[in-house]
Amino acid sequence: MNLRRALFAAFIAASVVATACGGAGTGGAKPAVIVGSTNFYEQLTLGELYSQILEANGYTVTRKFNLGNREIVEPAIESGQIDIDAEYLATLLAFVDKDGKIAKPTTDPKETQAGLQKALDPKGLTVLDYAAATDQNGFVVTQATASAKNLKKLSDLVPVAGTMVLGGPPECPTRPFCALGLKNVYGITFKDFKPLDTGGPLTITALEGKQIDVGLLFTSDPSIVAKNFVLLDDDKHLQLADNIAPVVRNALLQKDDGTIKRLLNSISAKLTQGELNDMNKQVAVDKADSKVVAAAWLKKQGLIK
Amino acid sequence: MSLLGDVARWFADPEHWQGPHGIPVRILEHIELSALAVAVALVIAAPIALYLGHTGRGGFIAINVANIGRALPSLALLALGLVIAISLGLGLGFWPTVFALVPLAIPPILTNSYVAIREVDRDIVDAARGMGLSEAQILRSIEVPLGLPLMLAGVRTAAVNVVATATLGALVAGGALGRFIVDGLALQEYDQLMAGALLVALLAVVTEVSFGALERATVAPGMAAIR
Repeated sequence: MNLRRALFAAFIAASVVATACGGAGTGGAKPAVIVGSTNFYEQLTLGELYSQILEANGYTVTRKFNLGNREIVEPAIESGQIDIDAEYLATLLAFVDKDGKIAKPTTDPKETQAGLQKALDPKGLTVLDYAAATDQNGFVVTQATASAKNLKKLSDLVPVAGTMVLGGPPECPTRPFCALGLKNVYGITFKDFKPLDTGGPLTITALEGKQIDVGLLFTSDPSIVAKNFVLLDDDKHLQLADNIAPVVRNALLQKDDGTIKRLLNSISAKLTQGELNDMNKQVAVDKADSKVVAAAWLKKQGLIK
Repeated sequence: MSLLGDVARWFADPEHWQGPHGIPVRILEHIELSALAVAVALVIAAPIALYLGHTGRGGFIAINVANIGRALPSLALLALGLVIAISLGLGLGFWPTVFALVPLAIPPILTNSYVAIREVDRDIVDAARGMGLSEAQILRSIEVPLGLPLMLAGVRTAAVNVVATATLGALVAGGALGRFIVDGLALQEYDQLMAGALLVALLAVVTEVSFGALERATVAPGMAAIR
């Protein structure tokens, strides 16, 4: 079944390449699209965003969500079991090019995207425009701490960190994207470090209970909105660029007249960190249906009617 | 072999003996945590055991109920303790761990204390009653002193269990010696992990030996002569 589909896709791709002379946009029927996702709330919402904008523009979309982790979803898009999924630039690059022979992820999203595209080329995949929204290590403080110490970005911590306690996963002090990086890149040294969990309930509770002043959470963690935490801006770019971007099979893009690309890019253009976190909070904390949340957001942004 | 060398080097590093995260502080934290858990268990279990032992009623049921404490996984209690401590505003670490350890310490204390009182020679108790001692006096001056070594044996078992299990506290951001084990695992620093495990084992042995000495010291003078 899968083999037959792969052969069929290869046949279509080959015939398109063989007959196309002057672009693939031959008009007519819009290709059927399969949107996939991994297995956590943010991915379901992103999958809905992509699916619904395509449906609103006349595409027939099949949803294959909750497939599992990247180890399952990435091979699925490579082999054509899905056509589109939402990915994270730096993490995907590190995944498809494990030893960094083609390109290494950096803290710059543009550079990372270019490197990722190079790594995806032989796989017949294209990474479209990335969003401002990321899902990467982030350092947060409570609203009270932010106001009292006037904190907006990580460099604001430099003069005050000596009186503050950082909380994060036990390995944080020795990791370049955690306390070690804060010290080397920003020159931030905390009074103490409290070993907790990796962006989980312990860190959130410790922040609320003032047992720590600064905590490591993921930048799209729903509790940032739910608990009114302040995510400090990574102004010196310590973290690798894990911006969110759609990844699409070339085979699909070749069958299409460029509309899919334009539609997906229009989502990335509007998807800021705040917008993403707000949707994540609605789905993960308020238990709203990701379908409803995605539809409301697309309407609010004027992307669908 | 190389791991043993690494562990020895870890212990030899003076940095690991200093500051708020050093070995002495972690040992004190561990003792504090364990002592409180055993003390709470003692306050709960001892009065029940003394009453039941003295009256000779309901002991079977009480011991079996208490034994549920042995069957409940400490890890599950820790998670439950975390939720309760957070809702009460007690924070992470210390109190959730105490909550997980107390049910572990109750069964040996309850069982041993009950048996200790029950096993006091009934002739002695009857003689005391015949001499006009009140029930409270019998308990206080006859049954407890004679049963004390056996009661302490229960406390010893509880304390050793608690010392070994208090390492779980590090999973909920607690201090104590479990920190070395959990952090060692997270950092893949197996020398630190092994050192933590050795320290816990050592503390458990010291606990065992200390209570053993205490038991021998508390044998009533008359009983010691019989032995």
